Amino acid sequence: MFDLDRWREIFQSINKNKLRTLLSGFTIAFAILLFTILFGIGNGLQNTFKREFAGDSMLSIYIWANKTTKPYKGLQSGRQIQLENSDIDFILDKFDNNVNTISPRIQQQVQAVYKGEQNNYTLRAVYPSYQQLESAEVESGRFLTMLDLQQRKKVVAIGRLVEKDLFGQLSGLGKDINLGGISYKVIGTFSDPGGSNDERYIYAPFTTIQRLYGNTDKIGDVGLTYNPNLNVDQAIAFGNKLKNALKDKHDVSPRDQSAIGLYNYAEGNKQVSMMMLVLNVIILFIGIGTLIAGIIGISNIMVYIVRERTKELGIRKALGATPGSIISMILMESILITAIAGYVGLLIGTGVLKLIGESLEKYFITNPSVNTGVVIGATITLIIAGTIAGYLPAKRAARIKPIDALNDN
Amino acid sequence: MIEIKNLHKSYPMGKESLHVLKGLNLKIEEGEFVSIMGSSGSGKSTLLNIVGLLDVHDEGEYILDGELIENLNEKKAAVLRNKFLGFVFQSFNLINYKTALENVSMPLYYAGVGRKERQKIAMEYLEKVELGAWANHLPSELSGGQKQRVAIARALVTKPKVVLADEPTGALDSTTTDSVMDLLKDINNEGMTVFVITHEEEVAEQTKRIVRLKDGVIISDEKVNQKVKA
Repeated sequence: MFDLDRWREIFQSINKNKLRTLLSGFTIAFAILLFTILFGIGNGLQNTFKREFAGDSMLSIYIWANKTTKPYKGLQSGRQIQLENSDIDFILDKFDNNVNTISPRIQQQVQAVYKGEQNNYTLRAVYPSYQQLESAEVESGRFLTMLDLQQRKKVVAIGRLVEKDLFGQLSGLGKDINLGGISYKVIGTFSDPGGSNDERYIYAPFTTIQRLYGNTDKIGDVGLTYNPNLNVDQAIAFGNKLKNALKDKHDVSPRDQSAIGLYNYAEGNKQVSMMMLVLNVIILFIGIGTLIAGIIGISNIMVYIVRERTKELGIRKALGATPGSIISMILMESILITAIAGYVGLLIGTGVLKLIGESLEKYFITNPSVNTGVVIGATITLIIAGTIAGYLPAKRAARIKPIDALNDN
Repeated sequence: MIEIKNLHKSYPMGKESLHVLKGLNLKIEEGEFVSIMGSSGSGKSTLLNIVGLLDVHDEGEYILDGELIENLNEKKAAVLRNKFLGFVFQSFNLINYKTALENVSMPLYYAGVGRKERQKIAMEYLEKVELGAWANHLPSELSGGQKQRVAIARALVTKPKVVLADEPTGALDSTTTDSVMDLLKDINNEGMTVFVITHEEEVAEQTKRIVRLKDGVIISDEKVNQKVKA
């Protein structure tokens, strides 16, 4: 139902009372503006968190071995536990459903030499699947493959910074480098979102290194990623079960806390998600607080407007305005102002976020932005609040005897 | 046109109640020009408010144009006011952000008359009160007498049965008082029932019937021999 005459009345009233309109519009626009900016900054903080913790796969578990600290089954304490190839098979055998990828690892410091350049790096002997554990991204060439392992090839994938150190501006791909006296061919380079430390590793096929240095079944440590379908609590439970199973396999006392070491990223995840939750709650509180301030503002203004117009409403009633027409006139006016002002606030807010978004990155805020739906929801909340706030005084004004309204000064 | 039987009205004043109208009986026929005289506190404004459906009576009967007024809800009262009654107030009560023309056409808006038609009729009435040239002026740009003439045009625009005027000249000087009274007389001569409340003897004398109120009762009710003013 579109009543042109009624809208004319409303536009005239808005037009002829610019200060009043501006005042109420400003309150709404300001509330929505603050809401948008605060929400946007909150989202920006969250984005930063997400990015900072993206260095390694969030779904990984690392396992290593130490000396026992408790005697068990007739064995003395102080016994060195050694992880072996059979442990990989054991884990895959027992926890096949929960393990996504798994890789053993042997780490050692090596001196790398290429022509005149030389430097010390950590050499990691791993499976091809280790790439997922580090979230490493191939820049050129390729990472290790199963074929490299089967043939025990003397090849390496080097980090971006290793290449920079040894080869300068040139590409290291296909070149031979000398690691601790043995020559390896560079088959690929990689970068890592985790940053510079993670880009100074050299990766070689696990089998090659195991054969070259000692020719045993020994493993330094084990990294694995677990089934992404596990939730945080399930993943933590899986880590604990895995630890206990390995203790059992190596005849370690169940109460021995140090012989088998296990770091589960899920526990870190849990902390991060707790932090995100707290952050979300804070943002929510600020948002709700801003909205409440806006609601109180618009309510006050509505009460004031109706008060100011009491006499006019009395005249209208004397001339034949029904209470319903009085109420709907005031409400439509307030809804119109709120909707337009809310939209203006939204536009300014998103504009400001776009403008300052880039420069906020050094303050731990990345790409601050808001979900348009959230802001429209906030505007609708304010419209409803404004309507309720306007309805009560409007109803009272419509009920007041015309004669009392006329005598009002 | 207006018939009042044993009308009572009191207002609560703290714990006590103030008995303002104490059983009024009054009958006004169509086409009469009646003034209600009385000092302040005599109950004359209360009477006009009840007759004008701006307030409700406690006891007795009020019949407007053959219709018994009782249990009026706000909406029905608004419709009746719009249809049967035109108001002229002491303080004009124009809407200050609307032009003279818009003020005059307002009752037609609430009567549901279309915009074009509204403006046409309102203009006719403005011209009738000789303010056609001022149609697009705001009340603040008009003199007191002009404002009251706009208010009279507004009261007439719906062709009501009765025009109710509450101290219509109370805020005007003697010259403009005369012009406003002349206007009311013209209206009456055209057959409109006019009901004026005043405390000025001079104003009352220009009507055709004077009803005097004192302390909530009618003390006299007499026809006036119209004198032509020198």
